[in-house]
Amino acid sequence: MIKHRYLPMTEQDEIEMLKTVGANSIEELFADIPQSVRYDGIMPMSKALDESALLKHMRVLSDKNADFDRYTSFLGAGIYDHHIPVVINHVISRSEFYTAYTPYQPEISQGELQAIFEFQSYICELTGMKVANASMYDGATALAEAAALASGATKRKRIVVSRTVHPEAREILLTSARGLGLEVVEVGYSNGVTDLAELEAAINDDTAAVLVQTPNFFGCLEDIRPIEHLIHERKGLLVMSVNPLSLGILESPGVLGADVVVGDAQPLGIPASLGGPTCGFFAVSEPLMRRIPGRIVGQTVDSEGKRGFVLTLQAREQHIRREKATSNICSNQALLALCASVYMSIMGKAGMQEAAMLNLRKSHYASGQVQGSPSLSLAFSAPFFNEFVVKLPEGAEAGALNAMLLKAGYIGGYDLGSAYPELAGHMLVAVTERRTKAEIEGFVSEMEACL
Amino acid sequence: MKPEKALIFEMSKPGRVAYSLPECDVPDIEAASVIPAGLLRGKPAELPEVYEVDVIRHYTELSRRNFGVDNGFYPLGSCTMKYNPKINEDVARFAGFAKIHPYQPEESIQGALELLYTLQNDIAALTGMDQVTLQPAAGAHGEWTGLMLIRAYHESRGDHRMKVIVPDSSHGTNPASATVAGFETVTIKSDERGMVDLDALRAAVGDDTAALMLTNPSTLGLFEEQIVEIAKIVHDAGGLLYYDGANSNAIMGIARPGDMGFDVVHLNLHKTMSTPHGGGGPGAGPVGVKSKLIPFLPKPIVSRKEDGTYYWDTDRPQSIGRVKAYYGNFGILVRAYAYIRTYGPEGLRRVSECAVLNANYMMHRLAPYYEVAYPGVCKHEFVLSGKRLKAYGVRTLDVAKRLLDFGYHPPTIYFPLNVEESIMIEPTETESKDTLDAFIDTMIQIAKEAETDPQLVLNAPYTTVVKRLDETTAARKPVLYCTCG
Repeated sequence: MIKHRYLPMTEQDEIEMLKTVGANSIEELFADIPQSVRYDGIMPMSKALDESALLKHMRVLSDKNADFDRYTSFLGAGIYDHHIPVVINHVISRSEFYTAYTPYQPEISQGELQAIFEFQSYICELTGMKVANASMYDGATALAEAAALASGATKRKRIVVSRTVHPEAREILLTSARGLGLEVVEVGYSNGVTDLAELEAAINDDTAAVLVQTPNFFGCLEDIRPIEHLIHERKGLLVMSVNPLSLGILESPGVLGADVVVGDAQPLGIPASLGGPTCGFFAVSEPLMRRIPGRIVGQTVDSEGKRGFVLTLQAREQHIRREKATSNICSNQALLALCASVYMSIMGKAGMQEAAMLNLRKSHYASGQVQGSPSLSLAFSAPFFNEFVVKLPEGAEAGALNAMLLKAGYIGGYDLGSAYPELAGHMLVAVTERRTKAEIEGFVSEMEACL
Repeated sequence: MKPEKALIFEMSKPGRVAYSLPECDVPDIEAASVIPAGLLRGKPAELPEVYEVDVIRHYTELSRRNFGVDNGFYPLGSCTMKYNPKINEDVARFAGFAKIHPYQPEESIQGALELLYTLQNDIAALTGMDQVTLQPAAGAHGEWTGLMLIRAYHESRGDHRMKVIVPDSSHGTNPASATVAGFETVTIKSDERGMVDLDALRAAVGDDTAALMLTNPSTLGLFEEQIVEIAKIVHDAGGLLYYDGANSNAIMGIARPGDMGFDVVHLNLHKTMSTPHGGGGPGAGPVGVKSKLIPFLPKPIVSRKEDGTYYWDTDRPQSIGRVKAYYGNFGILVRAYAYIRTYGPEGLRRVSECAVLNANYMMHRLAPYYEVAYPGVCKHEFVLSGKRLKAYGVRTLDVAKRLLDFGYHPPTIYFPLNVEESIMIEPTETESKDTLDAFIDTMIQIAKEAETDPQLVLNAPYTTVVKRLDETTAARKPVLYCTCG
């Protein structure tokens, strides 16, 4: 009999339990599975390792990757190397949080429910919106859900999205729009931000929403007010995708007139982890409250009048509505929402502003270095937060440059040519608060040396 | 009973800080010097001002108001609340896994790619499928991905099939995913044994059938004995078979969906592969397919070159596109891979054997006190009905609340929908006979309490930090965020 540290069944247990069941062998318990579909062999998969060997094996795999501890990263494009306060890992390592299921039994889940309620409060405060849900898979899928919500709320089928929105979010939007039968129209950019004339021409009376991102994929800040005017004039919705850390200093989407605000909480204390798991957030104005997808926690009282929290507005959800549901999302990223909550608790009012300012100052110092370089230049002059586009000299390839930078100990920027053919030879560079002046100067001079 | 717990916002005191940020070693320019005033925040976000000890005590107290698998038995049916191994948590935090960027050059993430490639193949072997995508972030996300694959497959053949059939015992996500993928759902009734009714299925299929979605074993814990016939009926009609892997913990190494005739499979790694539920995620819902569906898989998948290096294969012209930013919930995939390697194929088979024996043992011991919905042999879970206790004014909800007083997480209740007052119990393989016996004795005691002192059960729980909560008012007059900021 196989013995394993996670399996408590002894031979004696097995005998006693089979006797209670009235079976002679475990095999009898599988008699309902037709022989023709039984699997007899040993599945051709990875073999078992003891604990010590497994640790060693995982260490070997891990060591083959160039991580942020050993390399200096200037790569962003949606996932950033921010400082993660050490407290966060201690909190999310509390197994009362991480080994729990979705809080279906509120009396023994008040901790998780309150943590989600606080997360919703944080997102509302940061975005200036009235209602936020408990989380989404990530910022990109949240954007696709926002398009679905807008279509349902306006009974319209056309989604207008700026090409300055993250390319992967637009890809997911296209996949999801095919399922829902939505028409997606892309609008171009000029000087790194959405082209307003093109946008105006793309909006018609069947337009459910305009989807914009700010800071956008190029790091540039979109001028939201004219965009808001254009879409609201045609009775469509304004959907904004935002970087939550930037909201430490940037105007809140609520003040700017957004109807739906989405984004990815990765900058708020979530490890990069090859891009996942992160955590999407989703906030709406009050009239859209009962259309918001996903889980929502509400405050209530118990039978003795004491404050407590429950999952609420469940009439929207798939386990009640089944095929009439407007979204199929259920459990998603609660533990990462907790990460983000702890991050915002640690940062507080002053820390969020200071962290955002550090990103702004260090990235602008870096852009100044690029501007001062004889071989490099900035592609756009629009205002930016912590990322900007560098134009490489004629003929230089970002991919080849990154390979050289890697050898010098740097994880270089994002090669824009892969998603924007017209921007071949351009690199998107992110500078977070973790980068020092010396690292920035070293990176720029290494780029020059490689070129 | 503990007093009310303060919200973090209520603990705020102006001037306190809990952060330590890197120094500003560059010129400290003003924001207004580089950003137009209209784009800058008019007033700061009112986040709480606390110090580090406040933060730690706050979340530690919240954690003490929560219940996880590490706190005790958690027999939540269809959720597979097995032990979440600690080594998985440790390895996922290695810098080489946690601190890497999805857009790094391929040569700088060969270890991550190797892990993903191996996991793709391991899951294919486990499910009997030909290729696997690891992108979907959850079970429901996997369902939707699988249905989009099925849609693309039919469309590529010029075959416009827009109906998806689901049994009435299916998870609510099945029909919801079908709707979001653009399909119309047809629900068919189960027969008196809780199985798919073959006549109803024959009547439902036609040249508009895109797929049948099936959970096998079903949410009733029953293996669809006529699976071969079911597959034939659907395939003969030109439809495909979708396997909802929520209940895979019952059959690993014993029977594989691919061998049963399924064309598309999703697995819930946060169930079968032991990755923690996280209080509601993150999970992962990889999708496996038979060869004819491979061209439509989301891009990219991980492939291996002849020289042994790994790469993102994005050259997939018939792909349904992307379903998740980057490459899925990588941190969860690392944990699932570590889990597979603690057991290997023979160990995983033993996992399923123990899970099934545990469930049958519990079902037999509880049968005299709670009606078994579908007698016979069960798989990894079983469904009881609490309807006998209604004579005493006690409902299944009350039994669940009373269990809280004994330190248990209750089973799944009121699902599946086709069993009155249902109680769905899934013990998993990581629970000992001693734990099962103690829980069974408690369930028996509660049944007796219901008969002799129903008020005792109706007023439960007594030991929790709050008593039963007013969910009606919560939904009617929603308070969804703190107004004290």
